Amino acid sequence: MKKAVLLILTVIVVLAVVARRVGRDWVPVKVHGAKRSDNRRLAPDFSLPDINGQRLSLSSYLGKVILLDFWATWCVPCRGEIPRFVELQNKYGDRGLQIIGISLDDSPQPVRDFYQQFKMNYPVALGGAKTGDLYGGILGLPIGFVIDRDGRIYAKHIGATDISVFEKEVKALL
Amino acid sequence: MQNVADRFKPVRTFALFLLSCLLSCAFALAARAQPGSAASSIPTEALIQPEELVRIVQSGKSAKPLILQVGSNVLYAQAHIPGCEYAGAGSTESGRQQLRKRVDALPRNQLIVLYCGCCPWSHCPNVNPAYQELRAMGFTKVWVLYIASNFGTDWVDKGYPIAKGG
Repeated sequence: MKKAVLLILTVIVVLAVVARRVGRDWVPVKVHGAKRSDNRRLAPDFSLPDINGQRLSLSSYLGKVILLDFWATWCVPCRGEIPRFVELQNKYGDRGLQIIGISLDDSPQPVRDFYQQFKMNYPVALGGAKTGDLYGGILGLPIGFVIDRDGRIYAKHIGATDISVFEKEVKALL
Repeated sequence: MQNVADRFKPVRTFALFLLSCLLSCAFALAARAQPGSAASSIPTEALIQPEELVRIVQSGKSAKPLILQVGSNVLYAQAHIPGCEYAGAGSTESGRQQLRKRVDALPRNQLIVLYCGCCPWSHCPNVNPAYQELRAMGFTKVWVLYIASNFGTDWVDKGYPIAKGG
């Protein structure tokens, strides 16, 4: 009987630990809901400071397929997407994918800390209301734009989106 | 008798194992839902729906609630409810301090409406801490605007009135 109790406790503790780890970054994702445009409009250019104080402009990445991710460190669904974006950048970077993050945090330090902690492998700029306005208003997070090699917006995704959706679109444009 | 007990011992152990798995699954689901539990724990009677707030904002009545945005300053600057003020992010101590400072001198029966709209309701990190803060300060009429997806989808895209600027 003691063995059984011990077994139960062990299973509960192990699963609880796993559940907490999963729960921390778990977000519901949607697979549908993209606004895809056949008549693609040009993605507005911007020049923003990155987390190291260097300028980052969209136009300097022209010719690449760009995944532009508006996010913030305090946004739970955004945090859930970041590790998937890191994988995507690793997988398709040498074929011409460039992910760019635009953080809408109110201050840069949490972004720098997050960047290190999550081992982000793509540039992150610090955006503001003007950048949001340029893109039609970023009034909820995350919002992701897939931009083709000519700098035109191929798709817009509002809210946490399954990485397979982004991957499919990126592959179609590469 | 001893033999019968011995024969069923593996079955009993397996049943206990199964039970523990079920309990763990329930616990796991509860833990998974934890990020969303913050906003979800606000009592239903304290929630106000967007269309209801629009009616209040657009009504000619002089006694309007104090509307405070307790989420992102960047999102506030892009669009917010007319007449509303930015009061700091509810998820941070500095934000709650800003909120306390804003309401400290108000009578405790002042009607206050809080909203954020940064993320889907179940993931909003801001509204519940701000709501709890005001309740702890003794405010008795605190409503929270229920924004299911985000401020863009549930307010701006519906054509409800907005103002811009920080």
